Amino acid sequence: MKRHLLSIDDLTRQDIERILRRAESFAEVSGREIKKVPTLRGRTIVNLFYESSTRTNSSFELAAKRLSADLVSIKAQGSSVDKGESLKDTVQTLSAYDPAAIVFRSPNAGAAALVARWTSASVVNAGDGKHEHPTQALLDLYTLRRRTGSLEGLRVWIVGDVLHSRVARSGVLAFARMGCHVTVCGPPTLIPRGIEALGCEVSYTLDGLGDADVVYALRMQHERMSGGEIPSLREYAARYQIDGRRLGPSQLLMHPGPVNRGVELAAEVIDSPQALITQQVESGVVVRMAVLYELLAGQGGGTGGEQSQALTVSERTEPQPA
Amino acid sequence: MNRINLTAQAPEAGRLDRAPVPDATALIRGAYLLDPRAGLDGVGDILVRDGAVAEIGAPGTLEAPDGAELVEGEGLHAFPAFVDPHVHLRTPGREDEEDVDTGTRSAAAGGYCAVLAMPNTDPVVDSAPVLRSLRERARAEARIPTGFTAAITVGQNGERLTEMAELADAGAAAFTDDGLPVRSAGIMRQALRYQRLCGGVLALHEEDPTLSRNGVMHEGEVSAVLGLAGIPSVSESTMVARDCELARYEDGRIHVQHVSARETVEIIERAKAAGVQVTAEASPHHLLLTHDAVRSLDTHFKMNPPLRSEDDRQALIDGLRAGVLDCIATDHAPHSREEKEEPFEPAPMGVTGLETAFAALHTDLVLSGVVDLSLIVERMTAGGEPFGIVVPTLAKGAPANLCLVDLAAEWEVGESGYESRSANCAFGGRRLTGRVRMTVAAGAVAFRERSFAIEAVR
Repeated sequence: MKRHLLSIDDLTRQDIERILRRAESFAEVSGREIKKVPTLRGRTIVNLFYESSTRTNSSFELAAKRLSADLVSIKAQGSSVDKGESLKDTVQTLSAYDPAAIVFRSPNAGAAALVARWTSASVVNAGDGKHEHPTQALLDLYTLRRRTGSLEGLRVWIVGDVLHSRVARSGVLAFARMGCHVTVCGPPTLIPRGIEALGCEVSYTLDGLGDADVVYALRMQHERMSGGEIPSLREYAARYQIDGRRLGPSQLLMHPGPVNRGVELAAEVIDSPQALITQQVESGVVVRMAVLYELLAGQGGGTGGEQSQALTVSERTEPQPA
Repeated sequence: MNRINLTAQAPEAGRLDRAPVPDATALIRGAYLLDPRAGLDGVGDILVRDGAVAEIGAPGTLEAPDGAELVEGEGLHAFPAFVDPHVHLRTPGREDEEDVDTGTRSAAAGGYCAVLAMPNTDPVVDSAPVLRSLRERARAEARIPTGFTAAITVGQNGERLTEMAELADAGAAAFTDDGLPVRSAGIMRQALRYQRLCGGVLALHEEDPTLSRNGVMHEGEVSAVLGLAGIPSVSESTMVARDCELARYEDGRIHVQHVSARETVEIIERAKAAGVQVTAEASPHHLLLTHDAVRSLDTHFKMNPPLRSEDDRQALIDGLRAGVLDCIATDHAPHSREEKEEPFEPAPMGVTGLETAFAALHTDLVLSGVVDLSLIVERMTAGGEPFGIVVPTLAKGAPANLCLVDLAAEWEVGESGYESRSANCAFGGRRLTGRVRMTVAAGAVAFRERSFAIEAVR
């Protein structure tokens, strides 16, 4: 595995399998009363968020803490970014604390890759603009595989605002890499020209949705819309909302959150047993633990690597209090 | 239109200015002389005396007069020097990125004998006093004859025409809102009508802002994969179609800047066939690079118009060959390092190109056999022609405008820095073949590579 996780494209299928297996072993830890392992004790992780986030930020924080890392969390608001400090200077300043990893979210595509050029820490892309959100895709794979057992050959429909969605881009790449057949679906104005290059099919209607094993609904990103993409949320919901009529009894439903109830999803499907939405949130912590572990402790990466490899979670009987 | 001759007297006579320099007297011996328009194509001696081409002879036949520089040209090529009708000198306002001195030095190092500067400065060149002060500055600092274009609309806001007649009297080399399109067809039409009074070509940055919106790169599969907002080709071509129709209706004269899309080439070809007075330019980066380069998200591949598809690039090369595209212009656009060290979306558009234009085109188009050397020389030399600047030539009697080039020299772009104050070159780090050793502009030596030895006679 590479030193950074910037894109799903950085990962082979074997890399993904290893991360998912690692996450399963951490899931066991999460079931205990003391949910902590000493793997990253003494190492520092910086969470640098230039864009608001609830679940990604908090699950990365929990992941770092459960691995016993020292954590510094920085949000753009209230930091020197507000005072006009450039990204490069901020990154170099934080790098002076010698962190093992920087978890970075930005409103701009490619920003995480840029950060990786300026620091010796491992960089984890926690969402860069409309480009990618690789850890979301990994937790989606993890969640789905726990339910279905296997991912090979599954037909996945990603429905909604594909244009503005980094979740969709990482998702298409990740599902395709694991052998799924992916279709993206939405209003033509919210499907970017040339998206087929990611390895998916395109549909402008829900007509073929019945063939899907998994329906992955995307959040309508009002905040990113500059106008004119859709005539109204009412018309969008009429054509593309996943509701009890459209979702078949054997189909699974996923959504990256936060949900716009009554827009992309109807209330009855959110609360149905087919929905994996809560499980996705739960998976966030263990999958991000697995990503940090693989980048920092797996394959002898960095200091303490040998020790951590010896202390694989399944071999430990009793987590040490940290 | 008044024709501008690139002579030592040009500053007083025309709309181009430069700092005073002594006329050159030099004998260039045994260089390969290539001037497609003058029909020169072979080894010879060329004698420059008092700033003009005094004599051309067979190799070894010309004698250097007393006090002449003797330049050993064996193994080198001599071309008419290039003219770039589209550069940003960032003056006034952003002298930290470029000024008249560094920008024209950069041009001379690239083999250019004249440039036209764009008016999208701070303040905008939209009034005679600003224009006059720039010309004064050029008379103190410019290494080569430099022309200044003026804005079509006040503040480049697209709302009200500038005092184009006064600006023309003050020496505006052309009119352009470069960096921005003239959004309103109505204003565009008024400018074309007013052209009957003030003259001057309207040079157009063509883009429909309602189509390009917040786009940062070419709309296509690369933008889809990267999740970047795209600028579709039709953003350019629909505006070019509109303005060709307006120019035809008003019998006006337009020049389309930095053509990037196949559709645009086709529209200009049809307009020319129909008799519309339209000329067009293409940049080295659009002729050599495609949106695939943007996959790296390197901001040195961010410019407007954006790098487009391979199909568009091929159409530009065909257009250059066929003469649909009249000339090559760099759109040299310096930006500070900290601005380009931002992520792709917030980073500013534009790349520098004066020092690499010839070498990049020579390496990627000529050496690979795509086009002949003479085509590149001709199209780079012809940059001023749409604006009434006489095309430089090596012909006897003409003002001396020539560059000496070593076509075999390999170099890495940026290895020893740039003459330009900025380093945002799209070809930075590339190994190129072909290096300008010396440039004579309007009769005077404007650039001489530091390691390039000359000797004085006696």
